[in-house]
Amino acid sequence: MWVAFKRIVSAGFVGFWRNGFVSLAAIFVMTVALFTVGSTMMLDKLLGVSLENIQDKVDINVYFVTTATEQDIAALQTQLESLPDVEEVTYTSREEALARFRELHRNDETIMQGLDELGDNPLGASLSIRAQETSQYEGISQFLEDQRAVENPQSPLIDDINFLKNKDAIDKLTAIIDAVERSTLVAMLVLVAAAILITFNTIRLAIYTTREEIAVMRLVGASNTFIRGPFMLQGIMYGLVAGVLSLLIMYPILLWIGPATQEFFQFNIFNYFVSDFGYIFLVLVGSGIMLGMISSVLAVARYLRV
Amino acid sequence: MIYFDNVSKVYNDGRSTAIEGVSFQVAPNEFVSIVGHSGAGKTTLLKMLIAEDVPTDGQVFFESIDIHKIPKAKLPKYRRKIGTVFQDFKLLPHKTAYENISFAMEANGRSDEEISENVPQALALVDLEDKIWNFPGELSGGEKQRVAIARAIVNQPDIIIADEPTGNLDPIATYEVVQILKKINDLGTTVIMTTHNKGVIDELGRRVITMDEGKIVRDDSEGKYVL
Repeated sequence: MWVAFKRIVSAGFVGFWRNGFVSLAAIFVMTVALFTVGSTMMLDKLLGVSLENIQDKVDINVYFVTTATEQDIAALQTQLESLPDVEEVTYTSREEALARFRELHRNDETIMQGLDELGDNPLGASLSIRAQETSQYEGISQFLEDQRAVENPQSPLIDDINFLKNKDAIDKLTAIIDAVERSTLVAMLVLVAAAILITFNTIRLAIYTTREEIAVMRLVGASNTFIRGPFMLQGIMYGLVAGVLSLLIMYPILLWIGPATQEFFQFNIFNYFVSDFGYIFLVLVGSGIMLGMISSVLAVARYLRV
Repeated sequence: MIYFDNVSKVYNDGRSTAIEGVSFQVAPNEFVSIVGHSGAGKTTLLKMLIAEDVPTDGQVFFESIDIHKIPKAKLPKYRRKIGTVFQDFKLLPHKTAYENISFAMEANGRSDEEISENVPQALALVDLEDKIWNFPGELSGGEKQRVAIARAIVNQPDIIIADEPTGNLDPIATYEVVQILKKINDLGTTVIMTTHNKGVIDELGRRVITMDEGKIVRDDSEGKYVL
């Protein structure tokens, strides 16, 4: 058993080196395929991050009347936090709202004078609500409207809900997010399918050049495992080398575009590549190895049929 | 030892008949030549014997076992009982004579010690001890065929099947190859050979099966080439 294993490994290495040109061609094609998969992964990450950023900026703000008590607001906040669709509810007190307003308009003398003349704080407290998904804002808004409907008209609590004003923008954004996610998935599937097909054909071509050798192996009574083994090993080696090469190519490219992604997406893709290198290595090298091995097994199977 | 029982082979959905109702037996240690024109069905018979092709009808037995009922996984083990020699040698060009032969032993799971002992012996049997490290490209046609014969016998098979082994050889090389096959047969191995070469058949003076249009038309012990 050990002797057979040793011979299969040895034949695999010899085949890899002896058919140097064919091995190079297979590695080149697989490197391009894996680089494409890796690039799609990076693009998907960037899109995901940018979508998250946009999603983070979407919320519903509930503005309370200036006479609303903190207890009433806290009660509504607790109710909102208990909704499964709600991710986070942030309370902004009247004082904080005023401080922010002052900060925002500190250079506008007219507004500052107006505020000073008023003497009292004209701003009410507010709750900022963020949903798990943008599509859930509609439901949360409906909940708030229902709350508003049962309020005593003589002493209302909610002054304004800004969701309806943002509804169009949120709907559009939800549609865009859905479309981008679907397109990315389709693009990724198409690229992966193309990568598998091209790799399979290249390895099939590589094995075609050794069909005489396979025929002789069969004639001398070699078992299918003994025949298949070296080709499987070669496929694994193609995948391993191509996986490492695709990572080596990605490194300088991501290093170069990292600052640009930081500026544009507020996310440095190179830092992600470095911090999640183990995962990316596993995905690319693992896919390469699996792709090479499965392609080899399928390609050689054709010559093992009686 | 080998028994073809009313074997037929039809290709192209019945449009082309390769062999039809062929029956014959081969006893252990026999030397049988199969002769016939191109397309007579000689190679089809040999392919069935090494389980590379299956009959449309009839059965092929090897030591009472129906070859075509052997499970696929066990076919390699069956093929190890048969040594094959072809007109085009089928040597691996990037392996030396030694490696071509040792490769057949490796595929059979033989140990390194057995390989280093048996390969030179097989090469000695075909008088090629001095070409042990030559690549096929550095050998003449006759020498290549002798390496192929050494590869076929190195695992000590029960039968040697030779499909037109002298087809690509000059008269001297042909004579040498035939002498080697006779020697192997004299040492106790059954030999089944197809050929077009009248001189080879007449020189051998062994059993001859003559085929024509997929049928056996003559089967003579110590037969002559009659076509």
